[in-house]
Amino acid sequence: MALTLAPAKQQTQPHPPGEYPAVIVGAGAGGLQMSYFLHRLGVRHAVISEDSNPGGMFRKFPVYQRLNTWSKPYPPVEPTSRHYAWFDWNSLLADERTHLALVPEFMNDGSYFPTRLEMERGLETFAERAAVRVRYGCRWESTRRTESGFVLGTSDGEYRCRIAIFAIGMAEPWKPEIPGIDQVPHYAEALPSRQYARKRVLILGKRTSAFEMADALLAYTPQIILISPRPPLLAIHTHSTAGVRARYLLPYEDHVLGGGVFMLDAATERIEHTGTGFRVSASGTTRPGTFTFAVDAVVAATGWTTPLRDLRDLGLATFSQDRIPALTPYWESTTVPGIFFAGATSTGSVGLRKYGVPGNSGGVSGFRHNARVLAAYLARTYFDISVPRPLVRPGDVVGYLLSEASSAAELWNQRSYLARVLSVSEEAGILDEGIQPLAAFVDSAGPDAVAVVLETDAQGDHHPAVYVRRDGRVSEHALSGDPLLDFQSPDHRAQLTSILKDGLGLI
Amino acid sequence: MPAGREDLINDLAGLALFADLSRPQLEAVVHILEDEYFAEGQRILRQGFSGSNLYIILSGEAAVFVNGTQRATLGRGEFFGEISALLGEAPAADVAALHPLRCLVMPAADVESFLLTYPKVAFRMLQAEARRVRSANLWR
Repeated sequence: MALTLAPAKQQTQPHPPGEYPAVIVGAGAGGLQMSYFLHRLGVRHAVISEDSNPGGMFRKFPVYQRLNTWSKPYPPVEPTSRHYAWFDWNSLLADERTHLALVPEFMNDGSYFPTRLEMERGLETFAERAAVRVRYGCRWESTRRTESGFVLGTSDGEYRCRIAIFAIGMAEPWKPEIPGIDQVPHYAEALPSRQYARKRVLILGKRTSAFEMADALLAYTPQIILISPRPPLLAIHTHSTAGVRARYLLPYEDHVLGGGVFMLDAATERIEHTGTGFRVSASGTTRPGTFTFAVDAVVAATGWTTPLRDLRDLGLATFSQDRIPALTPYWESTTVPGIFFAGATSTGSVGLRKYGVPGNSGGVSGFRHNARVLAAYLARTYFDISVPRPLVRPGDVVGYLLSEASSAAELWNQRSYLARVLSVSEEAGILDEGIQPLAAFVDSAGPDAVAVVLETDAQGDHHPAVYVRRDGRVSEHALSGDPLLDFQSPDHRAQLTSILKDGLGLI
Repeated sequence: MPAGREDLINDLAGLALFADLSRPQLEAVVHILEDEYFAEGQRILRQGFSGSNLYIILSGEAAVFVNGTQRATLGRGEFFGEISALLGEAPAADVAALHPLRCLVMPAADVESFLLTYPKVAFRMLQAEARRVRSANLWR
């Protein structure tokens, strides 16, 4: 496609169409974080975004303006500490002091959940201070394969690249096929709370956005019905962010106490407009029965999908009802090599899902760590850039691994998913291989090594788990938990020492 | 082929395990169990690792390996990981995708309540286990 840019745009915008080693699509939290780490490693790349500013989904969502992920205003460690990120799930990661803890910098109302605007400002400030250069107003429109990589067709022209990294989020509204559902708005189009005052509202869905909306409407509406085929999944039960966070559970309590919120397990069969309102018909699932509800408003809080556009035509495998690309442990399409995903879409690399706890890659807190790991992997694998692997003294191994299990944000934000890895060989000694996906460690060949992760079992007990690879075989060893989550006791030291001695002949 | 929600419900309706469920119940199952895709060669169940899940095959083929030796293959409608899930023990075998595999996944901790909610599924699962025991006895 010929360039159709206005001369002014060509002069003021970075990354004009052309050839790049890598192209990142998207300038939300995922795209910004990915670009930052690639830049730090010296990987030349372009970043394009169809938006006019950084921020991605946080420019619009959450609709009711308050996030459910903490940024603690009084963390127990300094923002420059590498363990700080556990206490601030919203700020992006950086090596420079001035680029850290940027979301709390804008928070001043005493809550430890930032508002949407505070989050957006934090991301904009990151882009500015870290000088992440993005070509805004440039829409990715098509993708085709070439012998040496890909060509991305955009509204500004063609980008040729060896690898493409899609940080395109999972914020495209999705509705199931229910007769009449096209007559009702998605959560993304929901109105301000006050506009539902005195109305009977039915919300389709019982996941986070449904609960967020019900919570926002509690003070305004006499009746809220939440309906979906399965019971709600709560974070306090699943021990993970895959469930609805406690911050939005007031509607659940209202339901339990009979205050006007009703939660029903039923499959919606049809939605009919009745002139002044809607009639919704449904069939019970957990308990059989048929229901008909007359309500003033219906909102489909039925979830999101990834805007994959023509990537499926290249053979991209997907799952989760065709909404998420199936990815390798290093976030590469399992069926289209060279296509990578960052940001929320990196959730397509599921990990071991131990005890049902999935990776936390759908949120900033998890995928920001993935970006650092992916950047190092790309630098090493595609661009022949060596990433430092510091030597670790044998006497420091136990203390280091236990400190990581106790405090490393990578391991806590991404339980059973990201691991601290040390390799062991007679020639090179003990090398810190950095943070790696646990699935890559346990399922691929490699040198003798040890990986430590943080795991949460079915009882909700957090504990370190150690994976030892010796002669290509990997064994798993769980350490004890601790009531205050400090895994650096003499007992933990003794347990880990024994595992390393027996498994790797270390110490 | 990618499977949308309706495809998944229809897929489920065709599996013996879910043959007794009503359409609304099948919709609930699609909400409860996530579908996952595994590329050829990808390991799904890991021998000796704790905290594994129950998998029900929607399409494709998986192989069962004990100490590295292939012992069986599994196809559409079959399931694996149920023994670990029911007994709370680490799997005694690896299971890997022989060909691209699409499965439904259920965390082990959810299996009991799921089977109690859908006793017809529990009965169908028992029948499948009985057939496995019978086959094992025939080969003794």
